[in-house]
Amino acid sequence: MPNFIDRRLNPKDKSLGNRQRFLKRAREELKRVIKEQVKADRIIDVDAAHGVPMPTDGANEPTFQPARGSGERNYVLPGNKQFSAGDRLPKPEAGGGGGGRGRPGTGESEDDFQFVLSREEVLDLFFEDLELPDMVKLSLKETVLFKPRRAGFATAGTPTNINVGRTMRNSFGRRLALHRPKETELTAIAEEIARLEATPELSPKDRQRLSELRSELNRIERRRRRIPYVDPVDIRFNRFEAQPLPNANAVMFCLMDVSASMGEREKDLAKRFFVLLHLFLKRRYERIDIVFIRHTDEAREVDEETFFYSTQSGGTVVSTALEEMIRVIEERYPSQIWNIYAAQASDGDNIIGDSEHCAALLREKLTKLCQYYAYVEIIDERETEIFGSTDNGTALWRAYRTVDGEKANFQMTRIAKPADIYPVFRRLFARQPATRTRK
Amino acid sequence: MARRATSGLLFQGSDWNFVTLSRAYDAIEQVALEEMGLNVYPNQLEIITSEQMLDAYSSVGMPLMYQHWSFGKRFAYEEHHYRKGHRGLAYELVINSNPCITYLMEENTMAMQALVTAHAAFGHNHFFKNNYLFRQWTDAGAILSYMDFAKKYVAKCEERHGTAAVEAILDSAHALMDQGVFRYRRPPRLSSEKVRERARERLEYEEQTYSDLWRTLPQTAESRDPADAERDASERKKVLNLPEENLLYFLEKHSLILEPWQRELLRIVRVIAQYFYPQRQTKVMNEGCATFVHYTIINRLYDQGRIGEGHMLELLQSHSNVVFQPDFDDRRYPGINPYALGFAMMQDIQRIATEPTDEDRDWFPSIAGNGDWMETLRDAWANHRDESFILQYLSPAVIRKFRLFHLADRASDRFVEVASIHNERGYSAVRSVLANSYDVGANQPDIQVMDVDLLGDRHLRLQHNVKSGIVLEEGSRDATLRHVRHLWGYEVSLAGVDPQTGRIVYECSTAKSA
Repeated sequence: MPNFIDRRLNPKDKSLGNRQRFLKRAREELKRVIKEQVKADRIIDVDAAHGVPMPTDGANEPTFQPARGSGERNYVLPGNKQFSAGDRLPKPEAGGGGGGRGRPGTGESEDDFQFVLSREEVLDLFFEDLELPDMVKLSLKETVLFKPRRAGFATAGTPTNINVGRTMRNSFGRRLALHRPKETELTAIAEEIARLEATPELSPKDRQRLSELRSELNRIERRRRRIPYVDPVDIRFNRFEAQPLPNANAVMFCLMDVSASMGEREKDLAKRFFVLLHLFLKRRYERIDIVFIRHTDEAREVDEETFFYSTQSGGTVVSTALEEMIRVIEERYPSQIWNIYAAQASDGDNIIGDSEHCAALLREKLTKLCQYYAYVEIIDERETEIFGSTDNGTALWRAYRTVDGEKANFQMTRIAKPADIYPVFRRLFARQPATRTRK
Repeated sequence: MARRATSGLLFQGSDWNFVTLSRAYDAIEQVALEEMGLNVYPNQLEIITSEQMLDAYSSVGMPLMYQHWSFGKRFAYEEHHYRKGHRGLAYELVINSNPCITYLMEENTMAMQALVTAHAAFGHNHFFKNNYLFRQWTDAGAILSYMDFAKKYVAKCEERHGTAAVEAILDSAHALMDQGVFRYRRPPRLSSEKVRERARERLEYEEQTYSDLWRTLPQTAESRDPADAERDASERKKVLNLPEENLLYFLEKHSLILEPWQRELLRIVRVIAQYFYPQRQTKVMNEGCATFVHYTIINRLYDQGRIGEGHMLELLQSHSNVVFQPDFDDRRYPGINPYALGFAMMQDIQRIATEPTDEDRDWFPSIAGNGDWMETLRDAWANHRDESFILQYLSPAVIRKFRLFHLADRASDRFVEVASIHNERGYSAVRSVLANSYDVGANQPDIQVMDVDLLGDRHLRLQHNVKSGIVLEEGSRDATLRHVRHLWGYEVSLAGVDPQTGRIVYECSTAKSA
């Protein structure tokens, strides 16, 4: 009979530790590859598992290997069909096939295999070194986050927090001090009684002994009942104190132009930008408020679903979005407590005369309220050539340029094709040197 | 067709449970021990999931292994191929230990479990217990506790010295794993502590027997002619036991910069390399033996009416998958399939022993027609490794069956030449070339420590004996040499020498490449 052992319920992921070590080792290279892939692919793909080629730098394992194409070798191969001794076969040009196939090996194919990173690993690599700049307003007043911290022992608490070690130590001390009869004493007496009872003829001495034993047993039992093994007074609980954590309140405003001038392509680019931003915020900042505002000739605060998926169109008055934002700030996010960020995407078209109004709103109000304001203009690929990086551009662009020079916490940039999105995103949210002067 | 009893079936349907598993095991054991006369370690069968199988794969098939990133890389690699369906997982995995541990996958059908039990728990197990290489070089009873020690020791080192420091040593040690085995003698059993103990005892003895009178003897005049220098060199080579083929062993014992824990890490890697060395030399025999055993056992059980016809078909199908040998020009050709070659040769031995032809009588006078095929096979399994087994037993019949031919490939020529094929003139050439290709020792670069002047510049000199002009791949050679330098602490140079002419083929050194 063999020894069967069912190992199926053993803990899984025995090699998880090895995987993490490997990832750490290949981190730089994996990061580069993922960025390239995301640049080429659709941005939305960042939110999924990725296959990447096996990294070679830092993860190769050199050994002494015989060089190919040197010296004399002999192979024996199966399946001869037409060869006879003395036949000469030309070697294939670039090595590989022919004679080289005599070597079975996994080593050769190892280069072209894909290594799958999970969604979490992708996002971690992808958003490394990005952060919201200038998150300075830390508020303790509005704390909602507490971290339990061990703080000694208590005599009251929930059963889950019982500290068994402490409790049993107390119980042991109490039992010793009060001379609680031991289990062994009890059984010894009970056994002797049983023995005496079993003897058919009892001498008077034995009879007296038996009654003594019985009363002794009675006494011990009562005493054991009176002094319990574990008394409520023994019980100790681990005590936890709620420690408040400083809380950085942050809110991100996403402003998107959905007017008729924004074609399918422009909307798609803008949405991709916001998807990336959204992912980034969700990943790096667990508790951040995101306010979605979309505008045509009127602006409305909407939920995430509507922002990304619903269609609407109309004329364009950009300042309505800014006003809506100011309204929401005044209503819900006082700027003394909140770190406020905003990202605006538009094709730059605006109703005549409104752009200056927008610039004024920005300069006077929003840049003062916000930690950081990013403006992304979606332009046609042909326009990149015309505009370049000059001050030239749409009305809104030209108006914003005036703000750009003045305010350090205002950034503006252009996106012409999907591949631009990630670099632009990185530029906007790259981790800043610690001393960033504001105003 | 003869009517077969169906009442004695061991199992029905494809689901297994522990009752049917152990019923099948008992029947298999009966055939294996009583009819085939196998001699096995006690068995321990463990049921695991496919994920656990992947885990076991990536830790070189050991149930316990220390942590290292390269295993993570291997896991990713295996998982990738498994998920893509490029290759299935092995149905079993067996560990050369006492008790012999066999992993059975939970996904297997009952019939497969029976096949796997016969294959691993009896075939491989018998081979592990009886083959001379395993008996000589591995200690089946101690390997699991050693792996447990190794795992804990590495974890402890990581805790104390940091993961990076441990990884650096292990990386370097892994690079030299192939050069970390003893090929020709039993590994010394002494641990580094024991060696220190010995040295201390010797010193004490010298102190006790020290006589001041010796000091007063007149010294010979200092004369350093070349002969003296040579004598010095040979003297110090003798002290260090040079030349030494086991680089890891040499570094572990003589490196000047390693801390004791680093030496112990080298030792762990070296012990594991040594443990697997016999397996690498007996792939064909080991798999052939296991395949032959399972084939014989399931056929016997079928004849006894204890395996149903449906199950038999399933088993034969997977058996023929296992022993499938694609031709060299087939896209699926991965090299010669050790299962196919081993199984074919062993079946052939059975045939030669029972129904020999005249050709067999010429080639194998000692075993042809001796009738006792099982004894002949047991003897072959016990006393050969792949190279000698093929050299001794590969018959013309098998060469013809596989249509083997021999290609000679000289780097200087623009063609490869078919040197011999499966005909009367070619049999022995094909046989010896094939046997030679299974000689692990001959096919691996032969690199030895030649000399080091511990009192001088401590430059470590390695020598590569270049066989048939095959040099080393330069990129990996230099990288590996840097690993040697990392463990040695001083400059290292490697010279490729043609052993026939003594001519130096190439030279490289960490001093130049750094």
